[in-house]
Amino acid sequence: MRKWINSGEPWIWMTAGAVALSLVAVYAVVWMTAVQGMGHWWPKPLVETTVKVQDGTIQRLVGELRDKEEISLSRLRDSGYQIESDDKFTHRYLFKQGNRDIYGVDFKWIPAPLLSEFTYPKDMISIERHEWGSFFGRLKSVKENGNVVAEGDAAWPELLVRLERANRLFDEILRIEKNDIGKINYQLERLRLHQRKLELKDALTKEAREEIALERQIYEEQFAKLQQRLDELREQNRRDSLTAEVQDGQLIEIPFSKIADVIQPNNMGVFQKIAHYLKKLYEFIVDDPREANTEGGIFPAIFGTVTMVLLMSVMVTPLGIMAAVYMREYAKQGLMIRIIRISVNNLAGVPSIVYGVFGLGFFVYFLGGNIDALFFPEASPAPVFGSPGILWSALTLALLTLPVVIVATEEGLSRVPRTIREGSLALGATKAETLWRTVLPIASPAMMTGLILAVARAAGEVAPLMLVGVVKLAPSLPLDGNFPFLHLEQKFMHLGFHIYDVGFQSPNVEAARPLVYATSLLLVIIIVVLNLFAIRLRNRMREKMRGLEGV
Amino acid sequence: MRLQTGPSQNWFGPVFHEFAHMAQARYWQWEKWCTMEKIEASITSAGGFTGRRMAKDKLFRYLMTFGGLSVIIAISTIFFYLASVVAPLFMPSHMDELKPLEVSAADQVSVHLAMEEQVEIGARFASQGGVTFFSLADGKRLLQEQVGLPKSVMASSFAAGDLRKRTMAYGLANGSLVLFKDDYKVTFTQNPENPQKDIRSIAPGLVYPLGTDALVLDDAGKALKRLAIQHDGDGTTAVALTQDNRLLLGYYTSESDFTGESVTTTRAALHELPKLDGGVDQILLEIKQRDLYVLHGGRFISHFDVQDKDDPVLKQTVAVVPEGERVTAMALLSGGFSIIVGTDKGNLTQWFQVHDASNVNILTRIRDFKSMAAPISYLAPEHARKGFLAGDTKGGVNLYYATSERLLVEADTGGAAVRMASFAPRANAIVLETDKGEIQAAHIENEYPEVSFGALWGKVWYESYEKPDYLWQSAAANSDFEPKFSIAPLTFGTLKAAFYAMMVAVPLAVLGAIFAAYFMSPKMRSVVKPSIEIMEALPTVILGFLAGLWLAPFVDNNLAGTLMTLLFLPFSFVITAYLWHRLPRRLTDRVGPGWEAALLLPVIVLVMWLAVSLGHPIEVAFFGGDMPRWMSNELGWAYEQRNSLVVGIAMGFAVIPTIFSIAEDAVFSVPKHLSSGSLALGATPWQTLFYVVLLTASPGIFSAIMVGMGRAVGETMIVLMATGNTAVMDLSIFTGFRTLSANIGVEMPEAAVGSTHYLLLFLSALVLFAFTFFVNTLAELVRQRLREKYSSI
Repeated sequence: MRKWINSGEPWIWMTAGAVALSLVAVYAVVWMTAVQGMGHWWPKPLVETTVKVQDGTIQRLVGELRDKEEISLSRLRDSGYQIESDDKFTHRYLFKQGNRDIYGVDFKWIPAPLLSEFTYPKDMISIERHEWGSFFGRLKSVKENGNVVAEGDAAWPELLVRLERANRLFDEILRIEKNDIGKINYQLERLRLHQRKLELKDALTKEAREEIALERQIYEEQFAKLQQRLDELREQNRRDSLTAEVQDGQLIEIPFSKIADVIQPNNMGVFQKIAHYLKKLYEFIVDDPREANTEGGIFPAIFGTVTMVLLMSVMVTPLGIMAAVYMREYAKQGLMIRIIRISVNNLAGVPSIVYGVFGLGFFVYFLGGNIDALFFPEASPAPVFGSPGILWSALTLALLTLPVVIVATEEGLSRVPRTIREGSLALGATKAETLWRTVLPIASPAMMTGLILAVARAAGEVAPLMLVGVVKLAPSLPLDGNFPFLHLEQKFMHLGFHIYDVGFQSPNVEAARPLVYATSLLLVIIIVVLNLFAIRLRNRMREKMRGLEGV
Repeated sequence: MRLQTGPSQNWFGPVFHEFAHMAQARYWQWEKWCTMEKIEASITSAGGFTGRRMAKDKLFRYLMTFGGLSVIIAISTIFFYLASVVAPLFMPSHMDELKPLEVSAADQVSVHLAMEEQVEIGARFASQGGVTFFSLADGKRLLQEQVGLPKSVMASSFAAGDLRKRTMAYGLANGSLVLFKDDYKVTFTQNPENPQKDIRSIAPGLVYPLGTDALVLDDAGKALKRLAIQHDGDGTTAVALTQDNRLLLGYYTSESDFTGESVTTTRAALHELPKLDGGVDQILLEIKQRDLYVLHGGRFISHFDVQDKDDPVLKQTVAVVPEGERVTAMALLSGGFSIIVGTDKGNLTQWFQVHDASNVNILTRIRDFKSMAAPISYLAPEHARKGFLAGDTKGGVNLYYATSERLLVEADTGGAAVRMASFAPRANAIVLETDKGEIQAAHIENEYPEVSFGALWGKVWYESYEKPDYLWQSAAANSDFEPKFSIAPLTFGTLKAAFYAMMVAVPLAVLGAIFAAYFMSPKMRSVVKPSIEIMEALPTVILGFLAGLWLAPFVDNNLAGTLMTLLFLPFSFVITAYLWHRLPRRLTDRVGPGWEAALLLPVIVLVMWLAVSLGHPIEVAFFGGDMPRWMSNELGWAYEQRNSLVVGIAMGFAVIPTIFSIAEDAVFSVPKHLSSGSLALGATPWQTLFYVVLLTASPGIFSAIMVGMGRAVGETMIVLMATGNTAVMDLSIFTGFRTLSANIGVEMPEAAVGSTHYLLLFLSALVLFAFTFFVNTLAELVRQRLREKYSSI
């Protein structure tokens, strides 16, 4: 035993344990996110049961079972539950009872001893609404203009038919509101700024004024027409409604215009569930968020992240490659290169929030403020570039990810064999030609690696973005159909920030949690895939270079 | 080239030969000609083609050099920009020379001075209601007004209420008073020359919020010798000393009629306050009309609670200076909480009410300011901050700031005593009158008086607190609020977070790196290294989210289990090692060396599962079923759900890969002949590692830890999401904290640009920058040295 200890074997196992623990941690995090995130769209069965409330009465409870955990009874007693039991521990369930408009809260932890048996009635419906979250209850009837058209078993098929019509109308209303009216508003704002610009220049002649008025009139007419169409559609959409009974027996009427989707989760086969799952997954990717971001999709966040990252790549790639080429090919070994290396290391080590502060002060207020004063006096006092926006975010993150690109490119350059450079030079090529025609093409996978890593980093970075341009809900996308198409000054949504905002700033954390997991999963997938791709690219290049070295 | 001719020469041989010769010659000639052509061409175009290539080459070089230098430019721009924003915090306050203004002399003595917000117009209020509005640029009289006093009644006293509301009152010889305000109407007219800048014009005037009728205070009709008033939308309080030394408190409520034009004011309460020893020297009424302070007998302050106007209560009488010294001036700071007391010895002290143990408010001496050379003759508070001006009888004029205990500016009037003084509403100018009747004014640049070394790093006794403390509270709901800018708790939180993160990360990362670099089989390495890279790439927002919403509640509910996991894991490694050692060799040999980590994976999962499932029974057996509650009840340890333990684990997770990669690189690149030599001399692998490899690589490991430390200090999202973000200072692992970085993340979007708060957040960023710069530079220098050393071995 002593000999064994002296051999240092236990210590080796300790170091092995450290590695193993780190591995467990990584895979646990990825696994956690995957499991929690992927379950989000699976239709959950609706449980019907009863619960004994504080005053001793028994109430009916309908809801989705969301979580279960062991908890000490003393804690439960502290929070006011009266439970007669000698056990120290029991379980409690997290119920989603939905119907937030009726009961105020939609999530409830309930201790197991207070609950009776669970049943799963087939006729329970779960309605996904445009407002107020989910609705759970029993379908009673379908109405048209207030008159019952179907009741009992006939109600469900009738509902599906009418829901399709309602959703079609809803989509059209949404399209007019978002696209057509948005376009007109954009044009009206442009006219206002144009007029103000002329005013400031003192060039607002009578003709110009009339021209603007004429144009404005055209847009206003268009607007009136659209408004009229909207009113018609809304009127049509008000036709149908359904009534349903909720857990405490109340009859609730819900107009079809408020319904996004209806399912009978306890009456669905596996294939139906899979179809529903895929449909919801698709909606998650392509829809706008609803209900303070706790429901609906995350399309604007994905779009914002991608746009910002692309903008950033355009800025960071050339600069990073130039810096790396200088360090590897031009700089003489000495003080200068040491200073540059220290700078690169520091750029990589400075906390990201400091970049945010710098970006806010320097880019947004200083640069942006001056740009506004010079080029956009007509918009004053509203800032154009003088407030956080996607351009400044991209610039800030370009600075942040610069070292990533530099380090990866430099590694690639260092692996290009000398023989290739010397061969090219010996044939009479200048240094620039050698670099441009031979070295850089060979090292291009390394640059690609750097860029991918930079993109992955930027996609997950949140702290600086909170200061320089990210918002919880952007009114419009940074890229749209209105000239000049790319709106660099606009604020945008970002996947990482979405996670923080929905998970921590939302008033209804329980409701938001599955969505946050789903968003996290998407982000983790993006980042893991990008990184694995970069690692693969780098390894392949290393091998190829080793091959070249032998030549 | 010679053509071979075969032995059997036939008839065409010579012909062919001849022909071949000719062809060859032709070819040579042609080739020569071609070369000549080429050389000629290249010579003639030397200035063109080659030159262009050379120019391109040069341009490329410049471009790349710019790229390289841009890194230095970037890092220094960040530093200098942050420093330039922060710099004004440390600039001394500046006041222009006091400039005499030739305001035409009035026939009455002045009682009060005021300025309007834009510092264009000053106002002088004279003893009998004459008001002179004058230009602050040249002293020219702009308007002469008269406060509407009742006919043939003399004014006997004057009082100014809340400076921000600009209410003032004259007390009259018939025992009544007249309330009024000075008012400045700002209008903009279009500038014909420059349409972007409208012309501003300010028209001064007087208004009477309670109408022009005098309010009767003393029914006996005696003159009001001294007066204090406060007025707001709900009511008006007046306290006065009458000619026959009665102290009266009157409360008036007013109602405007439906047109809003005329106001009816009724006296809702009137009280005679108890007699106080010595003569009453000064009366101060707090702006919310709840507290009344009366200076009497030269050195006593009596505090009345007048919240209930029907029942004013004398709370206490405090001697604010020792016998032999006399209070010569007294003023309430903005917000009405603190009293500044100036004495005939030039001493200045701040007092406010402090809750004592038995929940009684006691007027307490808070701090002293640097004394002045002569007796204090006048004290003027700023309108919205806790600054004040003190003037003395030899003409000294000092500006102080209460919270930071700073003497900001020292100036003098040129020898004449200061009779009265006043700040501009934005505290960017003062106007004063000397006892020779001369009015002087000066501009002040004093944006950041709240900041001093002591205020940032030391304990400060803030208004309404029981004792001096380290506090960070920047939110200013109203301007009565005293901002609390102590960086100390934030710095402490930052270090605490980094400490717990490093406690988790350093052992795991360094030990792991040693194993990965030295013992691990190459095949396993090819799995582990990408995994660690993925670990590094995982966004901190996801780690923070999991820590805050999953780990924190989990730890809360399974505290015993979590702690046991931490405790059991190291032991389980050693026990596994021993069991493995005891296993028959032919079994263990099948798993080659370097796979220990893989063997431990199931062990870890098992231990965690065991510890967590044992946790609840143990909590039942020893901790009454609820360990966090047991700790706070039995041990008095505060427990927060989002605590340092959770942050330590989450941030440790984020820091591990950083340390791991650098340390692994350092250990791995120790030249192989060193370890081979050691092993050849008979040392065990562990001995070789410990005495040879680690010793050589230790600077690299040190630099890895430094870089990890830098990362932990600056990490934002994890601490933002996994702690409660309360700025408390204690070391407990079960409480939260607020770090500099999280504080920036939370408060920066709301901070007003250019405010002290904004600059302090920039200062936090600069501190973080400087710290990480230092740490990273050190680490990089160490690594550069190490690389040189390795290449020389």
